[in-house]
Amino acid sequence: MNKVLQTFDEAVKDVPDGAVIMIGNFAGPGGTPFYLIQALRRQGARNLTIIANTAGGIGLTLDYDDHRVLFENKQVRKVIASFPFSTSASRPSAAEKQILSGEVELEILPQGTLAERIRAGGAGIAAFYTPTGVSTVIEKGKEVRVFDGRPCLLERALKADYAFVRAFKADSMGNLVYRGTQRQFNPIMATAARTTIAEVDEIVEAGELPPESVVTPGLFVQRIVEVKEDPGFPRNLKRSFQVRRG
Amino acid sequence: MKERLSREAIAMRIAKELFDGAVVNLGIGIPTLVSSFVPEGMTVIYHTENGALGFGPVVTAEEMKEKADIDLVNASGQYVTPLPGMCFFHHADSFAMIRGGHIDITVLGVLEVSEKGDLANWMFPGRGVGNIGGGMDLAFNARKVIVATEHTTKDGKPKIVKACSVPLTAPECVDLIVTDVAVIEVKDQRLLLKELAPGWSVAEVQALTEPALTVSPDLKEIELL
Repeated sequence: MNKVLQTFDEAVKDVPDGAVIMIGNFAGPGGTPFYLIQALRRQGARNLTIIANTAGGIGLTLDYDDHRVLFENKQVRKVIASFPFSTSASRPSAAEKQILSGEVELEILPQGTLAERIRAGGAGIAAFYTPTGVSTVIEKGKEVRVFDGRPCLLERALKADYAFVRAFKADSMGNLVYRGTQRQFNPIMATAARTTIAEVDEIVEAGELPPESVVTPGLFVQRIVEVKEDPGFPRNLKRSFQVRRG
Repeated sequence: MKERLSREAIAMRIAKELFDGAVVNLGIGIPTLVSSFVPEGMTVIYHTENGALGFGPVVTAEEMKEKADIDLVNASGQYVTPLPGMCFFHHADSFAMIRGGHIDITVLGVLEVSEKGDLANWMFPGRGVGNIGGGMDLAFNARKVIVATEHTTKDGKPKIVKACSVPLTAPECVDLIVTDVAVIEVKDQRLLLKELAPGWSVAEVQALTEPALTVSPDLKEIELL
């Protein structure tokens, strides 16, 4: 068994057109699998469905090349997200323009529903009921059922062909540990995809991670790639990245 | 023009709603300012959607070089500081905290709030698009929902309305409205005017509010400290 690959290009080379891909991502660069995203842009698979918290390029804090590059490169057909639009009206993202023109389909969800649908996908739960979204635009087309006097929506599980996750360290078994708020969607996405690819700061030997500290058990991870120092690491981020690494 | 409370003063008034040991999630804008006014000696545990509980203040511009860490951010993407006892978790656990009713208080910004306590805050005004993020889960499921807002829009239109004209975040979810001129409790689908900014009369606040206000028998001036 060998899960360790040497390059990001090799790790994404079999992604076919039409694949469903989950990408770990939140408000900033922490916990985003930057190198896997760049490799997928080079690889060029099209008609993708992206499941992620944002549609990239939200402009909240630091400007960097997240999965917005997949929209800019016209590789995306559909996006499922909770925070799909740029926070800046004057700097709309590529996704925003493509969604408004009808080129890309958007399914917008409350963030907790997005997270729970992914968790359900990984846990073999077909669907669940939740009150969040009742009497809002989220209700459209969904079954409503009352539990304990409270109306709830039926929400179905989400699964993917691939999950791109970012973690701090992996061991050779694929066990993952995370650093700080890097964790966000990554551990649940790792459970919900047929092929999970982890981008990590460092790969260590089996036995070097304390078993009690493992967050993502290795069975959820099929491929691991270590980030080698890259002078081009996220544009405009070099300073904070150096700060982080002391 | 009468003087209205500053954004900081609104935050100061909301800080009085916090209690020792409260688990609190603050939204973007005025809500973020609330953490600056927590009384000395009171422990408030902050929750952020991206999976941290019990973290410290936002890193200031002067501290940036020393303390900024891309793996220690809040839901607005701001760098925050570590505190002893802080912990991290993934998104499904983070929203189990919200959706399971474990968040005591959330403070949210608002585009419109209705007399029934319907909240609308996720669409960008004038852009035809919006971000839902974690706000909908918080509005539906936090134990207490406080909204922090200017009483009127920049054009002087009421933000407290009979029925929201923009897409809802959650129906009948707001417990307390703190504005730059008044504190209003949403009770039994009515708006109970409880406090007035210094120098403001009931009639003046009513004139800026679309639905009828019920005046509390204990009506008083807003106290910030």
